[in-house]
Amino acid sequence: MTDTASLSADPLARDWWTGVADGRIGYEVCRDCNAAQFYPRGRCTACGSTRVETRQAAGNGTIFSITVVHRPPSPALQAFAPYAIALVDLDEGVRLMAHADPALWIGARVRATFVPFGERIVPRFVAPA
Amino acid sequence: MAFISGVGNTRYGKIEGSTTMGLAAEAAHAAMADAGLRPQEIDGLLTGYATTMPHIMLATVIAELLGIRPAYAHALQAGGATGVAMAMLAKILVDSGRCQAVLIVAAENRASGQSRDQAIQTLAQAGHPDYEVPYGATIPAYYGLLAARYMHQFGVTGADLAEMAVLMRRHAGLHPDAHLRSPISTEDVMASKPIALPLRLLDCCPVSDGGIAAVITREPISASRVRIRGTGQAHFHQHISCARDWADMGAQASARRALDDAGMALTDLRYLAIYDSFTITLAMLLEEIGFVRRAGAGEAARAGRFGLEGDMPLNTHGGLLSFGHCGVGGGLAHLVETQRQLAGRAGERQVKNATTGFVHGDGGVMSSHVSMVLERV
Repeated sequence: MTDTASLSADPLARDWWTGVADGRIGYEVCRDCNAAQFYPRGRCTACGSTRVETRQAAGNGTIFSITVVHRPPSPALQAFAPYAIALVDLDEGVRLMAHADPALWIGARVRATFVPFGERIVPRFVAPA
Repeated sequence: MAFISGVGNTRYGKIEGSTTMGLAAEAAHAAMADAGLRPQEIDGLLTGYATTMPHIMLATVIAELLGIRPAYAHALQAGGATGVAMAMLAKILVDSGRCQAVLIVAAENRASGQSRDQAIQTLAQAGHPDYEVPYGATIPAYYGLLAARYMHQFGVTGADLAEMAVLMRRHAGLHPDAHLRSPISTEDVMASKPIALPLRLLDCCPVSDGGIAAVITREPISASRVRIRGTGQAHFHQHISCARDWADMGAQASARRALDDAGMALTDLRYLAIYDSFTITLAMLLEEIGFVRRAGAGEAARAGRFGLEGDMPLNTHGGLLSFGHCGVGGGLAHLVETQRQLAGRAGERQVKNATTGFVHGDGGVMSSHVSMVLERV
């Protein structure tokens, strides 16, 4: 089982990554103004309300940008290189950073999968089945 | 009024055995001597940060080291924009009458004071610790995302970006203190090893050791009569995943504020000093601010417009891409070169008619923008 304390010092981020380990991508929606936001803050950046709820994204989206990393930041990640980091626009209206299939391109439709990277499970977007 | 009355720098590069404080002292003494001031005559001191020497109050450490007892002193942090931000605050301090002579100094043994992995990991923390860094992201990866999208959106090519690297290297070849001085070709850039595609090794600035400083005074006390005429800032996001409009990252808003403050237009500017951590950084900033059309930076470089004989001479010291990047001092070097050009003392790099200049710093990932208009008086 994932050691949740090692995921983050921030409770909201710990919850989010715990969800990812279970195959879920959470995002926040404001109950007062209906704005969707990522990353989780517990407070709406559009209207300031604290009445935000966490919803689960369906996992479908579009590649906004993508880069293929050949020079990782640490020897521990060298085994994964080259890996692609993408910004993905989810259909729910929020953008997040995630891993992606390096063969993908800007504008490509994608769906989320969940794979090990370093010491945690991360979302990795691939072409729809 | 605020004048950049003195400047000084160490050489940039890998300087074995160098220390952040040693580099700071060498640069600061050179700048004070250039302004004709003794340390005791400095009444304000601003610095930035050094990743190899984290400290909660770096400005007073440097003040004590130099024998300065300032009436105003602290450090600032705005990433790569810190150097220009220090100069902006120094102008505010002398304009208000709070200070007569403010020393701004930046130094770091960023290349020799840590391993390359340490440098990469520390700098990656400009990204979000929970929602970006865990993906194995690096500063080149954040800028790789910028490059891929910007190239897609506006039709910029790898060859266009390579022109930026070639130009900076050509200019650095004329500066004895530059880190990288051997000429390169666009083919060299496009064949260099992949770092975070579409960015390759020669699209990225080096990690350098170096120190640099300037003295901003209320009166024009030296022969270098270069005045800070206008300043501006803009900060639209911190993390690249939260940037909303990629054609409007804040650079233009910052530049507009500086130009309005100066009562000038883009076409009044005769010398440009634009932040260039990566080739894409330089192209995007030139285009968003409006010096050239979208996707026009490469063609302008090919046409010689940014060269010493061009109509928009750019980063004649070689920029971050070739003069070097030692952290805060990397972005401050653009300001120092502008002072030298406007004062007519840039030696064999001297451009003609450099009566006005524009300096732009970018911190984070197009996150913090600080702009400055300078003029010779």
